[in-house]
This record gives sequence, C-alpha cells and structure tokens, in this order.
Amino acid sequence: MSEMVLNIISGIAYLILAPVIGGLLAGLDRKISARMQRRVGPPVLQPFYDFFKLWDKQPIAVNEAQRFYVFGFLLFVIISGLFFFTHGDILLVVFTLTMASVCFIVAAYSSNSPYSQVGAERELVQTMAYEPMLLLMALGFYLKCGSFSIDTILKAPSMNFIYMPGIFIGLSFILLIKFRKSPFDLSMSHEVHQELIRGVITEISGRTLAMIELAHWYENVFLLGFVYLFFAWSAPWSPALAVLMCLFTYFSDVLVDNCCSRVKWEQMLSSTWLVTLVAGFVNIMFLMYMR
Amino acid sequence: MSLFALLIGVPLIAAFLVFCLRGNGARNAIVPLASAVTMGLSVAAALKFFGHPEFFKLAAPELPMVIMALDIIAAVVILYYTLVRFKRPWIALLELVQLGAVFWFEKTVGHSIDIAANIAIDNFAMIMVLIVGIIGSLIAVFSLGYMEEFQKEHRDVEDRRPFFFFVIFLFLSAMFGLVISNNLLLMYTCWEITSLCSFLLIGYTQTEEAINNSFKALWMNLLGGLAFAIAIVWLGLEYSTVELSMLVNLGRSSEPVELAVALLVFCGFTKAAMMPFSGWLLGAMVAPTPTSALLHSSTMVKAGVFLIIKLCPILGSNHAGLMTMFVGGATFLFASCAAISQSDGKKVLAYSTISNLGLIVCCAGIGSYEAAWTAIMIIVFHAVAKSLMFLSVGTAEQQLESRNIENFDGMFCSMPRLSLCMIIGICGMFLAPFGMLISKWAAMKAFVDAGHPLLLLVLVFGSSTTLFYWTKWLGKITAFIPAKENLEEGIHGVQWIALRVLSALTIITCILFPGISQYGVIPYLEVTYQTNMDVIARSNLLIMSMMVILLVVLPLRFGKGRKQKQVVTNLAGENSGDNLSYRGAAGQTIPVTLRNWYMEKWFGEAKMKLCGFILCGSCLLIEFAIILGGAFHV
Amino acid sequence: MSYIKKSPWLVHYDGSSCNGCDIEVLACLTPLYDVERFGIVNTGNPKHADIFLVTGGVNTQNLPVVKQIYEQIPEPKVVIAVGTCACSGGVFHDCYNMLGGMDKAIPVDVYVPGCAARPEAIIDGVVKGLAVLEEKQKALAVPVREKQALREKELEPEMAISKSQEAGK
Repeated sequence: MSEMVLNIISGIAYLILAPVIGGLLAGLDRKISARMQRRVGPPVLQPFYDFFKLWDKQPIAVNEAQRFYVFGFLLFVIISGLFFFTHGDILLVVFTLTMASVCFIVAAYSSNSPYSQVGAERELVQTMAYEPMLLLMALGFYLKCGSFSIDTILKAPSMNFIYMPGIFIGLSFILLIKFRKSPFDLSMSHEVHQELIRGVITEISGRTLAMIELAHWYENVFLLGFVYLFFAWSAPWSPALAVLMCLFTYFSDVLVDNCCSRVKWEQMLSSTWLVTLVAGFVNIMFLMYMR
Repeated sequence: MSLFALLIGVPLIAAFLVFCLRGNGARNAIVPLASAVTMGLSVAAALKFFGHPEFFKLAAPELPMVIMALDIIAAVVILYYTLVRFKRPWIALLELVQLGAVFWFEKTVGHSIDIAANIAIDNFAMIMVLIVGIIGSLIAVFSLGYMEEFQKEHRDVEDRRPFFFFVIFLFLSAMFGLVISNNLLLMYTCWEITSLCSFLLIGYTQTEEAINNSFKALWMNLLGGLAFAIAIVWLGLEYSTVELSMLVNLGRSSEPVELAVALLVFCGFTKAAMMPFSGWLLGAMVAPTPTSALLHSSTMVKAGVFLIIKLCPILGSNHAGLMTMFVGGATFLFASCAAISQSDGKKVLAYSTISNLGLIVCCAGIGSYEAAWTAIMIIVFHAVAKSLMFLSVGTAEQQLESRNIENFDGMFCSMPRLSLCMIIGICGMFLAPFGMLISKWAAMKAFVDAGHPLLLLVLVFGSSTTLFYWTKWLGKITAFIPAKENLEEGIHGVQWIALRVLSALTIITCILFPGISQYGVIPYLEVTYQTNMDVIARSNLLIMSMMVILLVVLPLRFGKGRKQKQVVTNLAGENSGDNLSYRGAAGQTIPVTLRNWYMEKWFGEAKMKLCGFILCGSCLLIEFAIILGGAFHV
Repeated sequence: MSYIKKSPWLVHYDGSSCNGCDIEVLACLTPLYDVERFGIVNTGNPKHADIFLVTGGVNTQNLPVVKQIYEQIPEPKVVIAVGTCACSGGVFHDCYNMLGGMDKAIPVDVYVPGCAARPEAIIDGVVKGLAVLEEKQKALAVPVREKQALREKELEPEMAISKSQEAGK
C-alpha cells in the first residue's frame, strides 16, 4: 500500500517539479552554450521569463484546430511522464510519447503553411528515426530485468548499464534528436531560430507556444528519466550516481550541440538507424544470449 | 446447428434472389434486409456459442456428394473462364490437377475415412463469424449506394449489379462455411469458392487491366488451392484423416505432419497475400472499392490467416513455423516500407493490409500463447479499422474523382464528417491507445519471449515506418483549408449508415478490447493451449481503454477557449490574404501547393518488392526443401 | 510583474536598405555585444516576436509586406526603425518608388538614426523600445470589463461599432 502512496507522491512531484527542472535545465543550457561561445548569455531563469511573456501575449492563430492539437500534445506528454514517474510500464510510456508526437506533427500539418509542413515532414522523419531505438531500449530492459515495469527495473540487482552499454549509446544518440540539438535539429531548432522559421511551430504563437515549451520541459525531464534507469539499481547510493549521469548526458549533448552543424535528413536517418542496428541490436542479441 | 445452416443459407438465398430479381427496387429491398438478418444471425450465433466450443459430426451421408458437386461446379465455372471466355489454359491446368487429386482421393480413400466432426465451433470461429457477419454485411449495404453512383460515373462499364451482389453474398456464405468447418475437404470447397468469387469481383469492370489482375488473383489462389489439395491427399493417405483438429492433435503428439502443415500454411500465404504472392491483392485495386474493402478486411485475406492461426499450436520452432514467421516478418517490414512511397490512397491501404497480415502470420508462426493472442487481436482491430478506411477512401474518391492522397487536401473543411471517419480509421490503424498498438505491444513481448532477435528488429523498424505513412496521411486530411463548398452532398444515405456504424465499431472495439480479450480470445486459447495467462497486465489494458475514452471526450473541447485573432499564415509577408497563394517577385500571384514526402530513393516500391520477394521466395524454397527432405527421408 | 521587458523577441525585416544597418543589427548578436544577455532573441518569425525591427525605407513593393508582418505580430508590440533610411527614407528619399520612412507604413515607436546605425545605438533603441513595450502591456492589462471592450474593438471593429451604435439608440 505504501508503495502505491509513494507512486502517487512521485507522480504529483513530477507534475509540479518537472517544469521547474526542465526550465532550469533549458536555462543552464542557454547559459553554458553562451559561455562556450564566449558570450555572457541570458539569465538562468530566462526560459521562465519567456514562458510567462508568451502566456500573456495576445492570442492569434491561423485556425481554430491547431490549439486543440497542441493541447493534445501537452496532455499526452504529461500523461506519458506520469506513467513513467508512477512506475508504470515502460512500453506504455514509449507508446504514449509516440501519441504525443503525432499530435504535435498534426498540429503543424493543420496550419497548411509551407514552413510548418516542411517542419512536420522533418519531424516525422525524426520520429521514424528514433522510434526503433526507443522500442529496443524498452525491450532491452525487459530482457535484462524480466519486466517492462519501471518498478522492477529500478529494483534490479545490478547496474543495468553494465549489461546494456550499446543500448545506452543508442539512446544517447537519439536523445540528440529528442532534445532538438545539432546535428539533428532539423524540424525546429531551439538555438538557431532561423531554420525554417522554427519549422513545426512557425504558425504557433502566444499561449499555445508557451504550452509547447512547457511540454518540452516535461518531455526532457522524463527522457532523462530513461537515462536514470540505466544507472539506478538496488544499491542505496545509486540514485545519486544516476542523477549525475543524467546531468552528464544532458550537458554532453549541449557540448555536441555547440560543436556540430546541422545535417541533412538522409544523414540523420541513416546514421540513427545504423547506430540502432549496430549498438542497439548487437546489445539485444547479447542480452538474449545471456538469458 | 440450424443456426449455422441459416447463417450459410440466408446469404445464399439472398444471392440467388438478387441475381434473379434484377430490378433496382427489389435489390434495394433485399440487400439491406439480408444484411440485417445475416448480422443478427451472426450475433445470435456468437451469443449462443461464445465460451461453449462444440464439435458437430453432421452425420449427413450426402455431405461428401454435396462437397464434390460444389467442387465440380466451381471447377466448371473456372474452366469456362480460363478455356472458353479467355484463353488462359495453364490456369485451367492448375484447376484440373487439384480437382483430379481431390476427385481421386474421394473415390479411393476418402469414403472409407471416418470423420469424427465436420464442424468445429470455438471462440475464434465465432470471432470470425462476427467479423464476416457484421463487417461483410455493412460492406454489402454500403455497396448499394456506392455501386449506384459507380454506374452513373462509369457509363462505359456494363451494369452488372445483380451479378455483383450475387457474388458478394455468395462470398459471405462461403466465408461462413470456411470458418466453421473442421473437415478439410469442406474447407477446401469453401476455399475454392472464395477464390472464384474474388476472381469474379476483381474482373467486374471487364477492362483489360481488370481481367489481367483477376487472372493474377486466380492463378495465385489456385496455386494455394493446389497446395491445399496435396495436403489433404497426403494427410489422408499417411494418417487417414481429413480433420483439422486431428492434424493439430497429431502435430501436438509430435507426429511428422510437418509437410501437411507447411502446405496448408503455404496455401494460407497465397490467400493472405504474403510476399511473393502480394501481387494479386494490389491488383485487386482495379475493382470497385467495396470489393477491395471486402477482400481486405473481413473475408478473403482473413481466410488465409484464419487457417494459419488454426495451425498455430503446431507451428513454432519447427521448419513450418520458421517459414511462417520469417515470411510473415519480411512481408511486414517490406510492405510497410513500400507504403511510404505510395500516394494512391488505395495502394497505401493495400500495402498496409499486406504488412498487417505479415505481422499476423509472423505471430502465428511463433505459435506461443501470447503470439496467438496477438494474432487474433490484430485480426479483429484490422478488420474493423481497415473496412472503415476503405469505405471512406472509396467515398472520397467518388466525391473528389481522385483517390490520390495529395488531393485529399482540405478534406477536413470540405468533407468534415467523412474526414472524421477517416481520422478514426487511421487512428485505429496505428495510434496508441487504439487496438492496433496493443497488438504490437503484445507482439513485442511474444517475440522477445520466443527469442527471435531478428523478428524484434523487423517489428521495431516496421512499426516506425508504419507510423510514418499513417501520420503523413493524417496530416494531409487535417490540413485546415477553408472550403468554398461542402462536398458531402452527393454521398448516399446507406453509405453514411455503413460509415457511421463502422466508426462507432472502431471506437467501441478499442474501448471494449479488455472484454474482447477476456471473453473472446482467452477462452479459445485456454482450450487450445491448456494454460491461462494475461498477455498484457489487466491494469494496463484498462489504462489504454481509459485513454481511448479520453480521446473521444477531448474533441468536445474543440474550438472552445479564448477567442483568437485570425491571422494569415507566414509566407514571409507575401501572403496574398487567403493562405492559398503569395505574391511573386514580379507581382504575379503564385498558388501555394504542398506535397508530402515519399522518399522514393529510400523506400521505392520496386526496391522493397524485390527485397521482399527474394527474401520470402528463398525462405519458402529452402524450408520446403528441408521439409520435403525430412518427409520423404527413407 | 511584467515579463515582457525581460524577454523581448524581435523580428528583423530589411525594407530597402543598403544592408549596412542589417550587418550592424547582426553584429549585436555577436559575442562582443551579445544581446541575448537581455533575453533578446532574433526569431525571424513575426508570430513569435514582440519587437518589429526594420531597416531601410518603405517603397511601393514592400509596403504590403511590412503591413502584413506588422499584422502578424501579436500585441503588445513595438516597432523600432533602425537607420536613417528607416527613419526618413535617407538617401533614397527622392526615388520614384519611395514612400519615405517606415512611419509611412506602420506606427513607429523608436527611431534609431545613423548611417549605418551603430550597434550600441541599436541596443539603446531596443532598450528604449522595452519601456514602450511595458507601457503597452500595462495598457492591455486594464480591468477585465475594459479589456473585453478593448479586445472586441480590436478583433471585430465592425461588431464593436454596431454595438456602440445600438447603445447610442
């Protein structure tokens, strides 16, 4: 019973804290990127300023439908995060996340604007590129821990990373896509705002845009949760290590972001699938053999 | 038992009635009535037999004679078309060989074999009866309106509607016979009738292309029929039985029946359009849309997978099982890739059908409890959603005079109700929390537990490509382009009835699928596998169906909320005001046209087909060589 | 508290300038000036922007473009004219197709003169614009009933007019 209470508490904590942590991470990201470019950079709280400003702007839209889809995006991201933090089923998390990204893509399509449409197509290619790796990751945990349940995965007797380094490499690779970092920030870039005039979200503004920012904060937090799963096991001190590894992953992605230029979609698709095949699949074969 | 006689008889009577009373009025009365009665009967049968599997001996001494007579009638019709009407002698040869084999078998061995049960009724057969009864009848009702419009639009096509409806009802009747028969000879007869019906339906328009494609369907299915006949003969000679349940029992007690199993599976492949036999299903696109809907969703292809799933318990790690899972897996992957490069709506649907069938076959090949659960669940969801998709695409085609997805631009505004049906269909086909995804989930689990890493790879890549082409399509129809006029006026009332009922069915099956699993599929598997387990935890199933309810409730908020100022889309400040064109550099107005990505270079149809055919073909050859070597090893 | 001062996003549009001012505008983004420390982002998308920063004058060709971009920026918004051409038409003032400075097309809030305007001057202009932006924000944040009236006026001028006429009757 107490476990259930704990799960509910962690779910509520996610609802409240995830935007704060996600926003702070985004702010740190901007600050660190600026320092890497020898700039002062914006305040760490800048993403929150942006968010509240957008929230107060005059509502404008190209049609009535778009806001609805964006709302669906936010809702499903939050739901899939909730499944994660209430220790639900990891496949359910991945599937709900897919649902959210379909909402996001349809929001872009619905505007019938060229920039949005190109953004949507690119976003779709990105989704197609990262989806296999996410599923393989879930399968990897199933093979290692014998269950898709995050509860069981967290109580693993040994560090998951040791058995699935290939899958971790694959995951870090696709996290570049999910965090919208160069070289894979084709559909909408967080930094260089000129690419396709932000592609997917070209036609979205004001409060609707703020909702998308919020959804991305939520999303980023539980994507880092996936990284957490690799380094957390039954040892009492492992959560500290896992959180450190999450931060390390996030900031190494920031580093990559600042070192790389954007690639074409073909290169993104082929490199991601190649990594999925080589690192992910070989690891899966190993886990199957171990079983 | 009389219930089943009615189930087969009612469509049969309706078929002859519509054929004899050729008037439009009579047909407009008979078709809905017969469909309603068929639907009612199938529901009644399901209510009566769900959870009470039964075998019937059907001790009618004239049954073998009836079967033979039907075989001969079907053969005569085929021979008439292949030898007299059109000169395709080698197809006639295929038919003659199998007819001869069955005839010889019946004369020499057949009559001495004691048959314990001709009819087997279990939950799976009942699910199939429901699918055929409800969806098939709805399609028949839909065709009433569709064919009227079709004949108006295609003046050059001879009006053969009495014949069309005759074949449709005959088809339904044969399907009912097929899913309840346990006697392989009886099943073979129904099998041949469905092959013949699909041949007649595909060739409906009598154009050059239609005739060629119908013969393609005929020879591929007759090849399967030949395999079926050989399997019967071999089984009869070796084990002196012609019962499906006996075959499964033999396989369970590890008798070497692999050859018969492999032949039957092969026969299922041809019917279920596995690569390299996928050609006929794609060719079937030339027929009027209800035909495609019927072939793709509830009948024909489902007969193929039905047979394979019936054999599920004796597939698995043997060679027949390996052949099944790898042909299925490769077909799933390559067909879903090929769908990306297609812009013709019906062709995308065809490839998606092939790929889904591939997944079903692949699951059936694994043969475990969870895999069989998955396969049956996919059949249910696929039948409902795919028939809805076909009927909406067909309707859209009539209104827009094109079935190219690129021309579905702005459907959301010009045909709001139809596009809603289409959206429900698409979501049902691939999106969480709809049923299809549950099946994929279970498939994943089944594949991991079976320990086939290659199949896992096929599944994860196949599902991501599936996501791509469906979302692309979804995006196209949700694009918001204010319409000048509503194009839904010309859609016939009966068409709306079918579309609405199917949309509702799609949502209902998605919400109620924990129930379908609990009361429909699991009891069947309990009997078949003698174990009981939850493939997906019940709490997760409930969460998923709650999410479907959420998705149904959510649109009520549509368009509510703060008032928004409408602005034009961003065309770098040159939008000429209507979002549909922009001012060019020389002051001229240039229309905005948006096209989807097809990635021909990556996922070209020819390339995918080549890969799929080579893989599946060589897999078939190798496995058959091994099985034959094993069977005739001295 | 108004956050708009802390997060001004701008869209930069080049009317008919000689590109001198545009280079100076971009120079503001470089590490030397780094306007991002004020939270300023060059979005390139009017729908995300708060500040419309224009260089060059307005002519018959770009008049509808400038107006459309201005329309697409959600309230509150300010317009900053950067450079002499944007302020008054500059050296192109007497060209056959020139209408003059940006204020001939849209209401300009801040003028930043200079040929080309120096980055320091541009940043100064943007900061001045922020004060205007805050005022506009406050004006928008008037009590609810007035706000409703304001919004009606802005969304549907005809409707608002007809309502006031009804009131007059």
